[in-house]
Amino acid sequence: MAHPALMQPPARREVGADVYSEKLGMWVFLGSEVMFFTALIGSYIILRFGSPEQWAAPGQMLNIPLTAVNTFLLICSSVTMVKAFAAIQDGDQRLLKLYLLATVAIGAAFVGVQAYEYTHLVHEGFLPSGYRPGSALAERAAEGLLPVSVGVYGSSFYTMTGFHGFHVSVGVICMSFVTWKAYRGAYTKEDHRGVEVVGLYWHFVDLVWIILFTIVYLV
Amino acid sequence: MATSAVSLEPAAHVEAHELSFLRKYIFSTDHKIIGIQFLLMSFVFLLFGGLMAMMIRWQLGFPDRPLPAGQLLPETMAPDGILLPEFYNSLVTMHGTIMVFFAIMPLLVGVFGNFLIPLKIGAPDMAFPRLNMASFWVAFSAGILMMAGFFVEGGHAAAGWTAYAPLSADPEWSGVSGGQQIWLLSLAILGLASIMGALNYITTIVNLRAPGMTWFRMPLSIWSLFVTAILVLLAIPILSGAAIMLFFDQTIGTHFFDWTDGGQVILWQHLFWYFGHPEVYILILPAMGMVSDIIANGSRKPVFGYHSMVFALISISFLGWVVWGHHMFQSGMNPTLGMTFMISTMIIAVPSAIKVFNWMGTMWRGNIRFHVPMLHAVGFVAMFVIGGLSGIFMASTPVDIYIHDTYFIVAHIHYVLFGGSLFAIFAAVTYWYPKMFGRMMNSTLGKIHFWLTFLFYNLTFFPMHDLGIAGHMRRIYDPSQYEFLQPLAPLNRFITVSALLLFTVQILFAVNFVVSWFKGKKAGENPWDANGLEWTVPSPPPHGNFAKVPTVYRGPYEYSSPLVEEDFLLQTRKLASDVDPAAAGP
Repeated sequence: MAHPALMQPPARREVGADVYSEKLGMWVFLGSEVMFFTALIGSYIILRFGSPEQWAAPGQMLNIPLTAVNTFLLICSSVTMVKAFAAIQDGDQRLLKLYLLATVAIGAAFVGVQAYEYTHLVHEGFLPSGYRPGSALAERAAEGLLPVSVGVYGSSFYTMTGFHGFHVSVGVICMSFVTWKAYRGAYTKEDHRGVEVVGLYWHFVDLVWIILFTIVYLV
Repeated sequence: MATSAVSLEPAAHVEAHELSFLRKYIFSTDHKIIGIQFLLMSFVFLLFGGLMAMMIRWQLGFPDRPLPAGQLLPETMAPDGILLPEFYNSLVTMHGTIMVFFAIMPLLVGVFGNFLIPLKIGAPDMAFPRLNMASFWVAFSAGILMMAGFFVEGGHAAAGWTAYAPLSADPEWSGVSGGQQIWLLSLAILGLASIMGALNYITTIVNLRAPGMTWFRMPLSIWSLFVTAILVLLAIPILSGAAIMLFFDQTIGTHFFDWTDGGQVILWQHLFWYFGHPEVYILILPAMGMVSDIIANGSRKPVFGYHSMVFALISISFLGWVVWGHHMFQSGMNPTLGMTFMISTMIIAVPSAIKVFNWMGTMWRGNIRFHVPMLHAVGFVAMFVIGGLSGIFMASTPVDIYIHDTYFIVAHIHYVLFGGSLFAIFAAVTYWYPKMFGRMMNSTLGKIHFWLTFLFYNLTFFPMHDLGIAGHMRRIYDPSQYEFLQPLAPLNRFITVSALLLFTVQILFAVNFVVSWFKGKKAGENPWDANGLEWTVPSPPPHGNFAKVPTVYRGPYEYSSPLVEEDFLLQTRKLASDVDPAAAGP
């Protein structure tokens, strides 16, 4: 955005989107990603309205405080991403590298916390297919403290958060690549398309999480 | 991600150094080579799909006679040459899957999207050439994976190309587990390739048009590919999401489509058709666009109602999103919804009819040249009308109750996909063949191929309407088991013989295609006296396409213009009255 003239293709063209192709391509790709998560979220809504008895009350099975901290982490990584972009817009290489590293680290921490959450839930007996027979959660369900069956609850919980986690992981990998390139001095004040494009993806993934956190954990 | 933009300067320097064979023809980033790779791949899959159709037809026509050369198939498929019912189900499933996803879709979108877009808008290549290469190889891998499904234990997917749950969700019902999982995985991978292609097409068309190539100077083929790319971009991820959920149901025991534990069977149908109906238009819109180009060329007249053609394309693509329920009238969904979907479906007849009448208006009083592409294009229009009208039958809920899941549906889909899309593909391949390979296809052989295909095609598929109205089920293994279908046996045999002849006639096309590649008459730059930008460069065009960035002065259909002596007027030709786009202001 800062230096559109320099980011324009060199030859005279018919006026297009007025942004460089990588950025346009990423926006278009995100359109596709929206539809992918629409398929998952739409199915979730339909399944939940179809079998409301399968869903435990908020916080009953899922650890909301832990996930809230995780959500905060991911939002922080969006902030560091913005700061990295702002740094290179000013041509500050040191800050760019610093903030990119921070983004990678926080993103990886998010995935780590999610892995811990999954391990804990599986250990308790909450699987994508429902309760593990004989597990602690299954016993509590037998006592009438939890839903009798959580088959489709487990299915949608693990599929939705799992695919989001997959997207964060892909983002961390791409971000590491961009950080590596930043250390090699690939980005300048004039041309820093890679930083902006990976940032768009990162903010999108962050946004999806805010929706998922709300509908999967909080309601 | 951080790669630099394609240089828009002419790539003359690229020719200077020779690329290795591997980089030039196998892992090429040149959009023209990638287009040809898609062409060869899809033709192989078209052959596979066709062979499966022949086996299906043999079983329906001659249920108790061994398949000719059927002994070549292993015991698990056809002992003594008689197809097993399980294998027949796999054949029906895979014929649909291969034809839709690995033949027609890559032929229209993969081949011509790649080959035509940069050439026709005056760009040196796609916006993301390496992504383009990746798209082909991912699609190729998905195809190999899909074929591998035939060799796993339990056979290939057998729940139909629509893979309705619960049949597809639980191996207990269809007897297939590994095959179904491979099917789902392959489609999810193919989806990735499609999305990579689509975002490339969209970015290229938006950002890389040559000076003067305004939106309303773009050929209808490019408009249709643009609209199709948007449909691909937004519809395919729905299929990927659904396929992944079904894959999890099969593998890790989730319950999305399992009614015994909170899941919903009908959800699969909603997801599949929410993708599936835009997919139907993905399979026909590029055909419509390319046929428009060819009909204008063959008629030596501008396309009648160019703007209305564009708006019809756009409105079809929009309406395509709100009609999916017409595939589900019999699924048990709320009948009030059925009425809604019936009305929205019928509205599509309006833009479709606009297109058909505009094609006729284009031909009306034209100085028609019946070259081979033109014959196929006119064949397309005629067959599309029949396929479209039979669609109205199914869109009407009361009629659909009667013909649902019968051969009437089979007749309809083949009138649209074979009579429509495949005829348009024949038209497009024969029309752009000289640009792809630098040589002409044999015209006499092409005309014989067209007329025989047209004849046997209609003899094969038209009687299927009658079968359907008589109640012949759509995916039935042995019609002779039902008393009420026994009078239809002669008609079934007639269809089978016609289908075998239809398949055989395609040898003419294959021979013509291969022999012309090496022995055909050399083609000049502009063998069809056409107007588009691709006809201003050598055949085949060099790497980088244009020696210098072309400037466009007019729309693509200025045939028989009074301004010039010839009956065509290239988009790049500057007449005394033309103003340079740069001088015309910002």
